[in-house]
Amino acid sequence: MATMLDYQTERATWCPGCGDFGVLNAMQKACVNLGLEPEQVVVVSGIGCSGKMSQHFGGYGLHSLHGRSIPTAQAVKLANKDLVVFAAGGDGDGFGIGMGHFIHAMRRNVDITYIVMDNHIYGLTTGQASPTSDVGSKTKTSPQGTVEQPILPLQLALAQNCGFVAQGFSGNVKQLVNLIEKAIQHKGFSFVNVFSPCVTFNKVNTYDFYKAHLVDLDQDPDYDPHDRVAALRRVAEANNLVTGLIYEDPDRPSFEESLPGYPDDAIVSRDWTLRQEDYDAILATFR
Amino acid sequence: MIQDVGWKVGGKQGEGIDSTGEIYAIALHRMGYYVFTYRHFMSLIKGGHTNYKIRASNRQLRHHGDDLHVLVAFDQTTIDFNWNEMVDGGIVIYDASAFEAVKPSHRDVNLFGVPLTEIAKQAGNAIMKNMVAIGVSAAISKLDPEEFRPVVQDKFGKKGQAVVESNMEALLRGYAYFQEHYHVHFPLPDKPDLRDVDHLFASGNQATAFGALAGGCRFLAAYPITPATEIMYWVLEQFPKYGGVVVQAEDEIAAINMAIGANFAGVRGMTSTSGPGFSLMMEALGLAGMSETPVVIVDVQRSGPSTGLPTKTEQSDLSEAVNGTHGEIPRIVLTPRTVEECFLYTAEAFNLADRYQCPVIVMTDLYMGMSFQSVDGFPVHRVRQDRGKLISDEELAKLGRFAYQRYDASVPDGISPRALPGQKNARYVALGNEHNGVGLEVEDQETRVTQMRKRQRKLEGFRHESGVTVDGRQDAPYALIGFGSTYGVLEEAREVLESQGLPVKHIHFSRVWPFPADAFHDAMDGVRLALVTEQNATGQLKRLIREQAGYHDVLQSCLKYDGDPMSLKEIVHTAYQTFPMGVLN
Repeated sequence: MATMLDYQTERATWCPGCGDFGVLNAMQKACVNLGLEPEQVVVVSGIGCSGKMSQHFGGYGLHSLHGRSIPTAQAVKLANKDLVVFAAGGDGDGFGIGMGHFIHAMRRNVDITYIVMDNHIYGLTTGQASPTSDVGSKTKTSPQGTVEQPILPLQLALAQNCGFVAQGFSGNVKQLVNLIEKAIQHKGFSFVNVFSPCVTFNKVNTYDFYKAHLVDLDQDPDYDPHDRVAALRRVAEANNLVTGLIYEDPDRPSFEESLPGYPDDAIVSRDWTLRQEDYDAILATFR
Repeated sequence: MIQDVGWKVGGKQGEGIDSTGEIYAIALHRMGYYVFTYRHFMSLIKGGHTNYKIRASNRQLRHHGDDLHVLVAFDQTTIDFNWNEMVDGGIVIYDASAFEAVKPSHRDVNLFGVPLTEIAKQAGNAIMKNMVAIGVSAAISKLDPEEFRPVVQDKFGKKGQAVVESNMEALLRGYAYFQEHYHVHFPLPDKPDLRDVDHLFASGNQATAFGALAGGCRFLAAYPITPATEIMYWVLEQFPKYGGVVVQAEDEIAAINMAIGANFAGVRGMTSTSGPGFSLMMEALGLAGMSETPVVIVDVQRSGPSTGLPTKTEQSDLSEAVNGTHGEIPRIVLTPRTVEECFLYTAEAFNLADRYQCPVIVMTDLYMGMSFQSVDGFPVHRVRQDRGKLISDEELAKLGRFAYQRYDASVPDGISPRALPGQKNARYVALGNEHNGVGLEVEDQETRVTQMRKRQRKLEGFRHESGVTVDGRQDAPYALIGFGSTYGVLEEAREVLESQGLPVKHIHFSRVWPFPADAFHDAMDGVRLALVTEQNATGQLKRLIREQAGYHDVLQSCLKYDGDPMSLKEIVHTAYQTFPMGVLN
């Protein structure tokens, strides 16, 4: 049985205090709790500070292109269904350049877990406005304050009928571990947005800010995470400042379950040689 | 003796021109002729001129032919658009129920009005005017109309027997009408001997898709785009039977990244596209090269730049395929010459991608991809699967933890064994950042240079049967040079020129990268002048040859970029202008 030690890699290159440490920890802990060996897990990351996740996680990794972790991760899963597959990125990576893939992954519903480290800023390029920067955020590219409305990730996911929507906070690793475990166990595309403060370039959306404003829906006995419309209302009313399991539809079939001819065993483990009778059948279609 | 006959049906897009041509082509193929088809169509659904050309011959000719002997016209536009292709004494059949045809001036062409729509109505439905036209065509070429029945059955059988019978009725009425009213004929050539031949009818796109399946590909991600979509159609029909996955991606960027993801996980994956999609894939091409992940990309070229002529053929992606993506990566670019090579080289592309751990581009074009043609079987017995260097669980167990180096630069050939996710003792990160042997992102100069050299070294010992072929007299002082789909028309051009006493050979590239320099130098032995024939405006192949092999004073260009496929006349004409008749010895 793997322990946290088995997942340990070299020291991560994030700034001390970076929210991404908490996300890394939570992902590793969730895998340990679920009894997953590191070689069974693949983290596909995009580009940015969050993109380092594939290198720091300690499983197999594919550090892909900016914004392209989701398509790549879906294919890894389809090729080998025995793997647990994460796509991981940031708000710029996922909600800027890669937004199209996010929406279509929710449509397609391949069984992967998508973790977004949302810090409302471009960190690795040293502090430009991001798609989730609040209106008025002063950054290097918005010295007078941003004028564009931020992307609303949870509402977007709920509107697109994503089968699993959760939001966590790097400052509450215990809850995040639980959410990621559930996300892994969910059969289909699961989305976990994480408020992951950038301690260097974002002096507004800080740990203290989130501690003061976040509402934990997991602690609300009246909240029903199976009512999508109510979830949408609650998230909007709270101005997105909620954590917990926001919504889950456990019955929605995954892409793999729905795709005609998708084999029961992992494609990677199959013999791909055509037999003579296969050739005969195919050649007959050309006569 | 008649060698080959050109037949064409034309009308407005949406009138069933394609299915008319298809039925006639398949019937001729099954009767035992060699058939080559070319579809002229536009990027719209209804209206606009479209036509379907068929060349029936008694030997395998890999070109739709310059000449037209019989034209079936559903409107005057078809006559106006196509008469310049017609031979003297050619026959135009037009729908006399729809219009009174105007004969093109100064041409010895026979116009025959047949009330195609009226006869179709009598048979049950005006929509069957196409079948009437096929019946008329059968009468002109003295074919037995009953030989069309199996094709009509295949085409309409699933709509019920009544539909089959009424379509046959329309066909027979057309046949009878022409026999009764006209006494002209345009006979077909004698049939070839096909006793030892598996006489198949396929397009380049189908052959490419079949090659992928045979080569072990079990993952396709693609975005619909003319002229590549038919690859996806074929794969969608076959993959589910063999445990393969097809994903219609949200865009071409997703498609190639998916194909990379599948290969990273150990499944042979590919994407198929055309110019605009190929351009979108450039960044990911670099990721595959840098992370040493195999991937196969099929580019069915069409006229560019930008959206260009979306339904017309071109060979203008060559420079992009050879040089595209920022930075420098190893890659392989195959340019199959024939439908059979589309099959074999696509299957082989997966072996090459695995063996050299780099992207392999299979580059065809609209002309190759969408033209259906008769072939003498597919070389299925030549397909084999070679996964290249994959490290085994046993080797990894011996190595122990943290000893495996995915990007070990000390291997002499630069190709370090791959591990697949799931294997113990081999965890690594594949990445587009520069990295060290174990796959950690680093930026120091020494590692950078070492890893760049490692990747570049991989193709130094490149060996593959693809490359350059030579047809004709080895000692000829003149050469026609081409790549990919123009093989057939260049072969015919060579035959014509030789028959006129011009000593010319035909050098053709089935791979442009790694550039087959040695084979090309051998092929060029004794050549004083060469005509590089290619379908683009800037002579991309000629530039590549000059860069890689020289011959600056020897190479001339024959270029075509108007959207139409190369014609035999154009090549022969340019060859006469280029190659002096007098300097022969």
